[in-house]
Amino acid sequence: MPNDPAAIEVRDLVKRYAKANVNAVDGVTFSVRPGEIFGLLGPNGAGKTTTIGVLITSVLPTSGSAAIMGLDVARDPIAIKQRIAVVPQQSNLDRSLRVREILTFHAAYHGVPHREREQRADALLDELGLGDRKNDRVARYSGGMSQRLMIARALMHSPDVLFLDEPTNNLDPQSRLFLWDRIRALNAQGLTILLTTHDMSEADQLCGRIAIMDKGRILVNDTSAELKKLIPGGNAVELRVSLPAPDAGPRVLEVLRGLPGVTKADELDAGAPPEPDEEIGVVAYRLYAEHGPALVGPATQAVLMAGAQMRDLHVKQPSLEDVFIYLTGRHLR
Amino acid sequence: MTPARHTNRLWLAANAFSATLRRDLVVTRRELPQFLVQALIQPMFFLLIFCKILPSIGLAAGNFAALLLPGIVGLTELMAAIQGITLPLVLDLGFAREIDDRLLAPMPVWLVAAEKVLFGALRGMVAGAVIFPAAWWVLGSSYAVRGDRIGVLIGMIVLAGFAGAGIGLVIGTVVKPEQISLMFAVILTPLLFTGCTYYPWRALSTIRWFQVITLFNPLTYVAEGLRYAMVPPMHGHTMPTLPMPWVLIALAATLALCFGFGARTFRSRVVS
Repeated sequence: MPNDPAAIEVRDLVKRYAKANVNAVDGVTFSVRPGEIFGLLGPNGAGKTTTIGVLITSVLPTSGSAAIMGLDVARDPIAIKQRIAVVPQQSNLDRSLRVREILTFHAAYHGVPHREREQRADALLDELGLGDRKNDRVARYSGGMSQRLMIARALMHSPDVLFLDEPTNNLDPQSRLFLWDRIRALNAQGLTILLTTHDMSEADQLCGRIAIMDKGRILVNDTSAELKKLIPGGNAVELRVSLPAPDAGPRVLEVLRGLPGVTKADELDAGAPPEPDEEIGVVAYRLYAEHGPALVGPATQAVLMAGAQMRDLHVKQPSLEDVFIYLTGRHLR
Repeated sequence: MTPARHTNRLWLAANAFSATLRRDLVVTRRELPQFLVQALIQPMFFLLIFCKILPSIGLAAGNFAALLLPGIVGLTELMAAIQGITLPLVLDLGFAREIDDRLLAPMPVWLVAAEKVLFGALRGMVAGAVIFPAAWWVLGSSYAVRGDRIGVLIGMIVLAGFAGAGIGLVIGTVVKPEQISLMFAVILTPLLFTGCTYYPWRALSTIRWFQVITLFNPLTYVAEGLRYAMVPPMHGHTMPTLPMPWVLIALAATLALCFGFGARTFRSRVVS
């Protein structure tokens, strides 16, 4: 075993379910470093759930391998279960128990000593804002509270790797922000997190690296910033210009289009009526380029040279959603 | 976060098993009144009608109570053991998924199934055992249980609990939530009526085809084994039952087959 194994190491993983005629997971390879928040994105049916199923020992791989903290998932499921925790999308809380017992029993299953699990349950309930509702039945809990309780439960046995499946799906904005803060804080304490989500802003906010899956394969795997560079001419510069004369628009556009590095230039909303507060003679342009920020200087200069005045200029980054749609297409699954 | 961890897989699995059992016992203790009412209502009415009312109006023999009581104990125990596993398992594997917590505990999947069987067996044994004081209260002077085969009786109660739990595991892993009401009609009703609960097996010798059918029902062996242990000699004659070796072999085979098959279907439902 290497000295510092990856938190998650997946190699050429293939899963074909019985009676299926395609592989649900079709040769997936990736690794997650200890202390990383790694996002696994993809449309429904892309193979995310199956990949995670293999990692949490509920799916047997057809071929390839998966390891957590250097331990093979298929060969040593008991040791794996000790090191991972899973927060599912839908509540699977033990409704026969009271809230606090859900935590203490979970820890008991994992062999946490009695006094330690009692203390940890109280501490985690307080930390997740459930301290005053600890003797309730889960049935009285709201969606947000159940979600927080499942996170508390996951932390009871001090796992190395946490699997979060759509953690803030269907939550109100307050719960969402609270959970994002908690997730960042846990990560800061060294917890490795594998997150699946359809919420692109969530992935963008939380994940150090993001893999986008489709049809059982990983299409890309990089930081959010690098992924956004994948869109050709993905950087756009938008500028608003006050023209020297009402008919100078096309001439300014030509000048901008001629700038080095510009792949495409458009006048925005050409023909649309001006906004109520918009001055007459102000026109907006969008320039596409491989590297938007490099255009800021030349574009400003060109506008001045054309006798016009710059009112506003900003570099528009493509969103993660743009990347996602670019890679996986618009069709429904 | 590198907490001190147990590394002995055997210890981990044994601990997870016992904590899971403790969880089930805590939940059952909390629901004890409901559980007892559920377990006792039906047998109490059976005993009242068949052993008090019918003999009083001349429609049943007075000593029928001695024959029926072992059947009722066996039926109650088997049903309590089956239901202790089946319903929760059908719902859990179907959609509730509350069992995930234990499937993710550091123990092999088959051990989760084994815990279910042990718990179901214990439930059955308690349900079977509480019939005795209840029957004594309902039957009064017609309560008759021989005391010299108490060891066999305890052994039968234990074995019946496990056999019932094994059957419960199979049903619970095979039946889907939408088939629950069908299950009661198609599986439990035949089990109820062909199991020699209300009649001793030997007495069926004149209806050979039915006597053969009853041999396929594990309840027959439970009821007959309990009759062997419980029915006092009448007029100097010991009541003839199915031979005890058959009873033991049949129940051990029921448990082995059901657990073997049930643990496999359980695994296939939770690990794909």
